[in-house]
Amino acid sequence: MKSSYREALRAGIRDALIRDERVFLMGEDVGAYGGSFAVSLGLLEEFGPGRIRDTPLSESGFVGAGIGAALGGMRPIVEIMTVNFSLLALDQIVNNAATLLHMSGGQFHVPLVIRMTTGAGRQLGAQHSHSLEGWYAHIPGLRILAPATLEDARGMLWTALQDPDPVLIFEHGSLYNVPGELANDAGPVDIVTAAIRRPGDDISLITYGGTLPVVLDAADQLAAEGIDAEVLDLRTLRPLDDAAILASVARTHRAVVVDEGWRSGSLSAEVSARITEQAFFDLDAPVGRVCSAEVPIPYAKHLELAALPSAARVVAAAKTAVAAGG
Amino acid sequence: MDAAHGRHLLLQMVRVRQLEEKCVELYSAAKIRGFLHVYIGEEAVAAGVLASLGPEDAVVATYREHGHALLRGVSAGAILAEMYGYVEGCCRGRGGSMHLFDAATRFFGGNAIVAGGLPLAVGLALADKMAGRSNVTVCFFGEGAVAEGAFHESMNLAALWQLPVLFCCENNLYAMGTALARSESQTDIALKAAGYEIAAWAVDGMDVLAVEEGARRAVDAVRSGGGPHFLELRTYRFRAHSMFDPERYRTKDEVARWMERDPITLLRTALESAGHLSPAEWEQLQADAQAEIAAAVEFAEAGTPEPVEELTRFVYSERGAGDGADEATGADAAGQPAGKAAGAP
Ligand SMILES: Cc1ncc(C[n+]2csc(CCOP(=O)(O)OP(=O)(O)O)c2C)c(N)n1
Ligand SMILES: [Mg+2]
Repeated sequence: MKSSYREALRAGIRDALIRDERVFLMGEDVGAYGGSFAVSLGLLEEFGPGRIRDTPLSESGFVGAGIGAALGGMRPIVEIMTVNFSLLALDQIVNNAATLLHMSGGQFHVPLVIRMTTGAGRQLGAQHSHSLEGWYAHIPGLRILAPATLEDARGMLWTALQDPDPVLIFEHGSLYNVPGELANDAGPVDIVTAAIRRPGDDISLITYGGTLPVVLDAADQLAAEGIDAEVLDLRTLRPLDDAAILASVARTHRAVVVDEGWRSGSLSAEVSARITEQAFFDLDAPVGRVCSAEVPIPYAKHLELAALPSAARVVAAAKTAVAAGG
Repeated sequence: MDAAHGRHLLLQMVRVRQLEEKCVELYSAAKIRGFLHVYIGEEAVAAGVLASLGPEDAVVATYREHGHALLRGVSAGAILAEMYGYVEGCCRGRGGSMHLFDAATRFFGGNAIVAGGLPLAVGLALADKMAGRSNVTVCFFGEGAVAEGAFHESMNLAALWQLPVLFCCENNLYAMGTALARSESQTDIALKAAGYEIAAWAVDGMDVLAVEEGARRAVDAVRSGGGPHFLELRTYRFRAHSMFDPERYRTKDEVARWMERDPITLLRTALESAGHLSPAEWEQLQADAQAEIAAAVEFAEAGTPEPVEELTRFVYSERGAGDGADEATGADAAGQPAGKAAGAP
């Protein structure tokens, strides 16, 4: 069936609401407004205000309430409009959701799912455009997901809800309108493994989320120049699927990590470090990285584009890696 | 009512209205991008409050701030050029509609994080108080912001330290699609400030004279050491929240009822019936605003994009060491920027 990324997300939420009466959706403008990115459009009418709960502008309050409801036996899906606003709830996520299980000696677990939009590309300026999922991937106690395909948009949520611990799902804002085909019986998917989106022999292009289409585009361009790139979609940013990363690099002997987050102290740094720690002798070239420029994302279109990873930059980095070493 | 002053206030509101209508038009023509929030219907609030300030006072606003910037003295050309993303814009095209700043007029932004400006305003007022200056900081925010922790923390700090700040809550009854009554257990917003021992009252935000009168009273009290004050300005936005809002949450009837209290029509009618505004004067006033906005569009159209090589400027101050010279390539920069502590230019 035809579906957009947005519709696939909505189908996943709907499915969860139908299958488990403990599941409810809560966040700013998820109900009457229809969702700030229209993901939850129509769900209020179908499930009512008890299960599609509009909240005031109180990110810390309603994320904390989600944690409490999860402790109390519910299975909340909390929507934060964007990762930028999740910073107002950072304390609840990091100091409560991620720590309660450990601090309580295993007595209390937090089966909570938090969904939020991330990323740039829509000329929204610095306070609406950042990619901070890498920060969250730093935190033990959290599982971090980045669905980049319709299947993952549709299927990650249910599996996340089965996880006894908090799961954060990052939806890149540039993906919502992406159209595609989704199998009629599309359902839950694993939230553990990375996936090869394009097999190749010459180099591993490792990415996730909003930059997956960019990297696939780059791989096509490279193919036209005789470079056969493998594209690995991390899918789960914490814990990382080391085995998939290392297996790919063991085959191709070269890697470029593409991440819309900034380069310094980043997820791309972590992936790169793991490769050099565990597959150093497989490498024929230094691990390359393509990240956002180290600047708050500017509004002006040409500056924003210049700040973000592009297919051209990925192609250039891949060629550098292929040209280097043996 | 003083006739000339009345006409002045009318002109201010008409300038904002015309700027906003032009923004909508330019957005539809894809000249402006990103999120765009217009102030149409709420002009009396900025016009009345800003009329009560002096040049040394400070202003903090939200993402719905084109009107505040304009009436604070930022030129319409610099505002529009900003939205075009050009270097001639008030923030060189780096901020856009939601992030207008202007040091010359002490306009401390646009802020796209709801309630993000309140603690800033508290700090600006703290600096004035510590330095012994008699300035007032005015902070605008929507009623949606009162649900945020930052609102309550700011109220308490301002009252506790008796800071020279005027909080102006623009209560337009909706935060995106969430009606006030659906988000607040206590919908009397002035009461919340009163709970922190802040002098607070509600004002008809569609009546610019009432707004100005209330603001003058509050600003005078703040300036003379009376501590923080709080105005709840009851208003309404006539347009959608942003350009992406299908307005499922309110009826056309409700909007139409509020439009009967259009702040521009209210003042215009009052001036006319007092014999303070002739048809010719009204025509002239509109023509003046039109000419200003037309010139601003021309200015913006002639703007230029900032060279891409300058992308990583202004991440750190340029007068100190460690200004991120090697950051353009994403290489790790060493050390702390020395210029940072020097404060705003
Ligand atoms: C912390 C934060 N959460 C959510 C948003 C998204 N958002 C932008 S404007 C808005 C509504 C704010 O309403 P209000 O404060 O009443 O101001 P108004 O738009 O009515 O002027 C929301 C929810 C945001 N910008 N910041
Ligand atoms: Mg409002």
